[in-house]
Amino acid sequence: MSLPNDLGYTAEHEWLRMDGDEATVGITAYAAEKLGDVVYVDLPKVGQKVTAGSVVGEIESTKSVGELFAPATGTVTATNDSVVASPELVNHDAFGQGWLIKMTIDDAPTLLTADEYAALTGE
Amino acid sequence: MVDSLGITSRQTPLHSLHEALGASFTDFAGWQMPVRYTSDLAEHHAVRATAGLFDVSHMAEFEVSGPQVGAFLDFAVSSWLSPIDLGQAKYALLLNEDGGVIDDLIVYRTGPFQYFVVANAGNREPAWAALKQRSIDFDVELHDVSDQTALLALQGPKAYETLMRVFGLEVGKTPLADLTYYRAIPARFEGEPVLIGRTGYTGEDGFELFIDVSHAVPLWQALMNAGGPIGLVPAGLACRDTLRLEAGMPLYGHELNATTLPVQAALSRAVSLVKGNFVGRDAVVEGPGFAAPVLVGLIGDGRRAPRADYRIFSGDVPVGVVTSGALSPTLGYPIAMAFVDPDYAESGSGLEVDVRGTRLPVVVADLPFYQRKKN
Repeated sequence: MSLPNDLGYTAEHEWLRMDGDEATVGITAYAAEKLGDVVYVDLPKVGQKVTAGSVVGEIESTKSVGELFAPATGTVTATNDSVVASPELVNHDAFGQGWLIKMTIDDAPTLLTADEYAALTGE
Repeated sequence: MVDSLGITSRQTPLHSLHEALGASFTDFAGWQMPVRYTSDLAEHHAVRATAGLFDVSHMAEFEVSGPQVGAFLDFAVSSWLSPIDLGQAKYALLLNEDGGVIDDLIVYRTGPFQYFVVANAGNREPAWAALKQRSIDFDVELHDVSDQTALLALQGPKAYETLMRVFGLEVGKTPLADLTYYRAIPARFEGEPVLIGRTGYTGEDGFELFIDVSHAVPLWQALMNAGGPIGLVPAGLACRDTLRLEAGMPLYGHELNATTLPVQAALSRAVSLVKGNFVGRDAVVEGPGFAAPVLVGLIGDGRRAPRADYRIFSGDVPVGVVTSGALSPTLGYPIAMAFVDPDYAESGSGLEVDVRGTRLPVVVADLPFYQRKKN
């Protein structure tokens, strides 16, 4: 599994694409693969303030439920309606069309590099 | 393989083959089992539309034989097994003295004085111990053949056609067409004995093939070669669970356990009270009490599924607990099985499930959720 080098990663299997003080957030292909076919995503509301490490959403597969943790403290600015309508995008394109939320970031979080995340998952 | 707790996880004889197919694995009852090869949903749909091949070699198998084998089984388990025909199979419950379920079994009659018992992998030891202990006063012999026995389940509308095409499979005088539901025949694959039962755990037509572990890989390959061109795919445990749930089939540890009586799980048909005494009979006759929870189906809307252990309410009153649940791949809506207070168990009753803090409406429904169209 090849990991995009331009993204930051968390130990909770999220990825972030930083753009100024805004970030696009999703879950990694590794996490999606572990979950199995994603059939439902529950995302926070636009405008919601979130705290780093808190649960802000859920990603359900046929077999299990995964939690989406806020990777940083900030405010949700957008959610991906396409992924709500077609949750399988999380499996098919985890780092692209399967993005989940965009949010402003109050304090830049410490993220793992692609290599560090790969080492964590042993992939 | 040894996990972080130092517990050895067992592998089936097909493990390398699953790895080569790119399977993801899960630990199930101490075994590393393929959970999916590509996609749970694709494998689920394949079993409903064409066919899927499952490695369920983790299941336990016991051979029981001897002059008193019929009387022994009638005493040891819930079903009336002594009068079944040679080649017939029957679902049976291994009960404890309190009428609770130690395990659920499929029992095949393989000879005039010989039966073949299939138990759950996770219950191999308690099931074996109970059968062994109950055999003391009977002239019978028991052999645990689990370690020598591989089990492949070929399931789906194309299962029959697949089996007909398998090169190297000799079924003797009985044509496969005569092998009806819950029957089994002895056959040979490349000279090796294989027991073929028309049984399964998916709600589809299908077969279960028991063979010595040494021949598991070539049999899998022969089945895939025969069925691949007509839509047979390898299928993992993830879809096996959603398939059996749609078919309303119980899973030990979820719908069945040591403190729940068969009648509560709607399994009275697996208990024969006319055959004479058997372990658990008195408790079954006495019954669980009028307020004991009973197994029901639940149907939701939307896409969020009630899952095992979620609590069920009627208003503020807690009335039960979910035992299994998923978004049904075939039906497209959430389905679940649950034990509920009998006052709320009527079909059509509206209840609520607490899905991680959110109350979602569900309606009590008859089981099964899905039934295949019979030819």
